[in-house]
Amino acid sequence: MSEVFVQLQSIYKSYWRDSLEIPVLYNINLNIAESEFLALMGPSGSGKTTLLNLIAGIDRPSQGEVIVKGQHINGLSENALARWRSQNIGFIFQFYNLMPVLNAFENVELPLLLTRMNKKERRQHVETALSIVGLSDRMKHYPNQLSGGQEQRVAIARAIVTDPNLILADEPTGDLDKQSEEEILNLLSRLNSEFNKTIIMVTHDPRAAEKAHLIRHLDKGELYD
Amino acid sequence: MKFLKLIRRNTTRHFLRTFLTILGLAIAVMAFAIIRTSIDAWYSGARASSPNRLVVTNKISLVFSLPLAYKEKIAKVKGITGISYAQWFGGIYVDAKNFFPQFAVDKDTYFDLYPEFLIPPKQKETFMKERNAVIVGRKLADRFGWSVGDPIRLTGSVFPGQWDFVIRGIYTGAKETTDEATWFMRYDYLDERMKKETPQRAGQVGSFILRIADPSKAAEISKEVDSLFKNSLAETKTQTEEAFQLSFVSMAGTIVKGLKIISILVIGIILLVLANTMAMTARERISEYAVMKTLGFRSIHILGLIFGESIFIAAVGGICGIIITYPIKILVGTALSNFFPLFKVDIITIILGLSASLLVGLLAAIFPALKAIRTPIVDGLRIIE
Repeated sequence: MSEVFVQLQSIYKSYWRDSLEIPVLYNINLNIAESEFLALMGPSGSGKTTLLNLIAGIDRPSQGEVIVKGQHINGLSENALARWRSQNIGFIFQFYNLMPVLNAFENVELPLLLTRMNKKERRQHVETALSIVGLSDRMKHYPNQLSGGQEQRVAIARAIVTDPNLILADEPTGDLDKQSEEEILNLLSRLNSEFNKTIIMVTHDPRAAEKAHLIRHLDKGELYD
Repeated sequence: MKFLKLIRRNTTRHFLRTFLTILGLAIAVMAFAIIRTSIDAWYSGARASSPNRLVVTNKISLVFSLPLAYKEKIAKVKGITGISYAQWFGGIYVDAKNFFPQFAVDKDTYFDLYPEFLIPPKQKETFMKERNAVIVGRKLADRFGWSVGDPIRLTGSVFPGQWDFVIRGIYTGAKETTDEATWFMRYDYLDERMKKETPQRAGQVGSFILRIADPSKAAEISKEVDSLFKNSLAETKTQTEEAFQLSFVSMAGTIVKGLKIISILVIGIILLVLANTMAMTARERISEYAVMKTLGFRSIHILGLIFGESIFIAAVGGICGIIITYPIKILVGTALSNFFPLFKVDIITIILGLSASLLVGLLAAIFPALKAIRTPIVDGLRIIE
């Protein structure tokens, strides 16, 4: 039995619009084991992305605890949280979110600029990450010279280049055609099986969710098996 | 250093916008430098003055003259090591628009008090021999294409009639600040004619120039000179040469003050131009900053990117502005050469112009940077969706 890697304890999250409180998540309790591949499913507005953001430490719960690899991340300052994210989290967005002024190599290199690595070491890491996603021949291409699937693969390379244990993917295939979707899902499966990455993927596509080992459903802010 | 590439790429992302911003900054910095140079030009006379010289004029106004006979009395005051005098001539060369300063000076003493006027010895010798000889500055000679030996006729305005002269010398300045656009004629040539035509105006001078051994005694000596002529028909006002020159600046005080205000407004314009660009830039990139923060970039990094870009644009604009200042300065200096013999961009002006651009670069980035770091990541990411 693998260790618990991510623990969500009694999570409650709400947003305020003027004086109106809008609850998004209710009493979420979830344990995710190391090297797990979990798909979070649910309709739009169910709170999937909010839950992912809480695990990533880019948002804070109104109540409850988020514990990742034994670390209570709610209590960290913004700067400490940023440092923690750079070392532990790889984030994959639905719309890739690559820097348009940087080429594929430079986009993947971006998180490494926060480390103490020298130029040579960064190059080695970037080349390895791009080779894993099969884009070694597109290093000098800018985002506008790549297809959607290729852009997402660059984004995945950027997410894994620092070798984080936890990869969070928010609708990673939501903006892709079927063939690209398949490639991206296979890539995520490979990262999980070959490289033992713990993956939490938000999706509302049942076909995408099939690649995961575990599927959890969110509906109106509540978590179901 | 690792982020310089990103700053550079971001700067050129909207090339036309960046180019126009830099152009606006450059023009504003150039305008600032030219205005500052104009202000400096007003003060150039005061800057070129010697602490060892005092100027004695009529207490009522510079327009009124003093009797030449005062010379002997003044010369006896302790601490004065030399005395000379000058009279404003105010002649017209061909056309009234060809203005230049003309002084009738004592041939024997005047140039001894002004060692900064360098006159070839042979030319000075001829000046001493011929009554209608004149010595002109190099810039003045160049302006009208005069050479030694050229006969020149002036029409008197203060001293009526046609006045014929021959250029016998061309002086140059010992220092960069020395005025090289003045005409010096002999006082005795003027005075002799006055004796014949309007005897009541003979024996009058506009000012005495005194050389003193110890500049720290200037106030004491001035007071003593003025006390000699207290309650006379022509009381005197003695002041340092610098104070005398500054009195001309104070006559145009409102203009100088106006120029100073305009120079500050120009800096304000630069600030608005760059602040507008940086505000647009930061607003467009809020989502990118959110992505970077998700990747682990901290506020200090985001601040570095925004301030770096703003300061980079401001620095390039400032440098371009200083570069284009020089050809513009030549044009403006030539156009205003009648009024400002010295129109030179001072190193302080360059430093001020560049510092102002950098300061503007810093200030313009403050609000966009604050907005970028204060926007929560989830709000920034939502902009993409």
